[in-house]
Amino acid sequence: MSSTATILDAAKPIPERLVMPATDHLVDSLDPEPHPPDDAEDLPTAAVVFDVDAVSVYYGEFRAVQDASLKVHEHEITAFIGPSGCGKTTLLRCFNRMNDLISSARVTGSLCYYGVDLYNPQVDAVEVRRRIGMVFQKPNPFPKSIKDNVAYGPKVAGLAKKGPAMDDIVENSLRKAALWDEVKDRLNDNALGLSGGQQQRLCIARAIATDPDVLLMDEPCSALDPIATTRIEELMHDLKTDYSIVIVTHNMQQAARVSDRTAFFSVEVNADSDSRTGILVEYDFTQHIFSNPSDERTENYVTGRFG
Amino acid sequence: MIVLLLVFVSSIERAVMAFTTVGAVARGGARRGLVGTSGFAKLRTDIAGGLFKFLILSALLASLLILGVLLIDTIVSGWSQLSTRFWDFLNGSLRSRSIDDRLGVQQGLYGSFWIGAIVACTAFPIGVGAAIYLEEYALRSRLTATLELVIRNLAGVPSVVYGLLGLFLFVERNTIFGFIGLGWLVDATGGRSVLSAGLTLSVLVLPIVIITAQEAVRAVPVQLKEGAYGLGATKSEMVRTQVLPYAAPGILTGTLLAMSRAIGEAAPLILVGAISGGLTNNPELWDASALREKFTALPIIIVEWVSERGRDPGFADAAAAAIVVLLALVLLLNMTAILLRNYFERKRD
Repeated sequence: MSSTATILDAAKPIPERLVMPATDHLVDSLDPEPHPPDDAEDLPTAAVVFDVDAVSVYYGEFRAVQDASLKVHEHEITAFIGPSGCGKTTLLRCFNRMNDLISSARVTGSLCYYGVDLYNPQVDAVEVRRRIGMVFQKPNPFPKSIKDNVAYGPKVAGLAKKGPAMDDIVENSLRKAALWDEVKDRLNDNALGLSGGQQQRLCIARAIATDPDVLLMDEPCSALDPIATTRIEELMHDLKTDYSIVIVTHNMQQAARVSDRTAFFSVEVNADSDSRTGILVEYDFTQHIFSNPSDERTENYVTGRFG
Repeated sequence: MIVLLLVFVSSIERAVMAFTTVGAVARGGARRGLVGTSGFAKLRTDIAGGLFKFLILSALLASLLILGVLLIDTIVSGWSQLSTRFWDFLNGSLRSRSIDDRLGVQQGLYGSFWIGAIVACTAFPIGVGAAIYLEEYALRSRLTATLELVIRNLAGVPSVVYGLLGLFLFVERNTIFGFIGLGWLVDATGGRSVLSAGLTLSVLVLPIVIITAQEAVRAVPVQLKEGAYGLGATKSEMVRTQVLPYAAPGILTGTLLAMSRAIGEAAPLILVGAISGGLTNNPELWDASALREKFTALPIIIVEWVSERGRDPGFADAAAAAIVVLLALVLLLNMTAILLRNYFERKRD
């Protein structure tokens, strides 16, 4: 584990907000916070978080995603859109190695996170998931209290134990997820008593609590009503300043509203084997994708002629 | 026994209630059909459906009736012992005559109690561990599929066979493959002892514990597991914090039901060497020092007394009383299982 921690640490300096307030002065005196390589003047855009190069994902013999290549940028919202079965969720689940949990899944190509190949055998998937948080399609709070839900990640990561330090993490995470005012008086109530929208914001708070760099969101609003959806979208907008976000969505309007860049995926039916493979058709600034796409298939999809 | 009677009476009551409700619904349907206020008036009576309902209800009533008759007959026979000298009967020991002030089942209670405790202490952790391994860790391969099939088959092996296994492993000095000595097992258990019996019955219920625990573990929602993994939990953390708490009610129920089965078994105990007399002292229930001594258990006492009733008809009543005690014990365990399950389910949801 220590070797993997170092390999990921080399990729990106520990962000400032990881440092506990109480030990601030200590850390400052021992080791001044290193700064990320300042190459902003060389590049017109923000630093690259994920560099996906010719990634294919297989489930056994079946190829779910073929040769996807794209770059996800820091402090941006990147949306994956496309019809059902186009592999957008599959690709998203490669970013925090959730596909490892399916024994038949296999990933080829290279998927780099701040320059480190996530599928390097030296990289520990558990460590990856601590730095790259995930919010799922259906709100999935644990059948525990609201507080215990948020405290779960920090506890397993050893960031804090019970007590004031943990209380601070819980409060900050719930505040960031815009849920604090609604639940501050009932932190010890069971999380399953919350509404669907509140549950999903709790899941976001839970993901934030481990202090990740990236949030992966797999259709986070598909089980929510329009009002709850709006709240989550506003929240994503606020979270952008601290995190890089990748969101999978079925809802094109949502992608247009919240994202900076959009990747459009489509399905290709292999004539000989009758299997369906997801392909990345086009990846560009969201504005371009929706107003002036360069691929005809994208245009057909975003204008509603196909889907 | 009053509890037993009450349970019985209330179940009959419920059955009767169900019966009358069925009738009422049928009548109501017919009335609506006659009135025909809506456009969906029922024009014909569903004769086949009604007949089917009657048949399945009589199946239920027949099984309840048989059970009830047996139960009442047993309680009535045992009443002479239980009503006049209940505590003496529980505290008494094996005697050669049924008319004896010191006749009772204390030695059997001791044996059955410790058999239950040993089963809980061995079959529970081993079974739950095996189930978690099979469900969460083992790769889905032909080997694990075969293993699961074997476990399912083992659950159906007659208990006498397990008795033979217990005899081979824990009671007699044997060697397997001609060179692996098992004498140390006998040294540890003391041969024909409660310890041997408890371990034998642990092996007997192990497949049941594994299967029920496996089902409970399989029922844990995948969303919870993914949620834990997504927050950076390792597999063991995920199992400890998500799988075990969620599966606890199912695991507990399965284990306690397996335990009540172990307590009711007689055949393996006969092979492992439970005896029906000649026990010199009555150890205190909590006294573990007699675990490696000669022993008996409630089912053995029942078998013994039933076979003695030709010589001394009074033993028939004593056997009935012992059956009631054993039934009450098993019922108590099952009730504990239900209460624990409800408690953990409430905690979980």
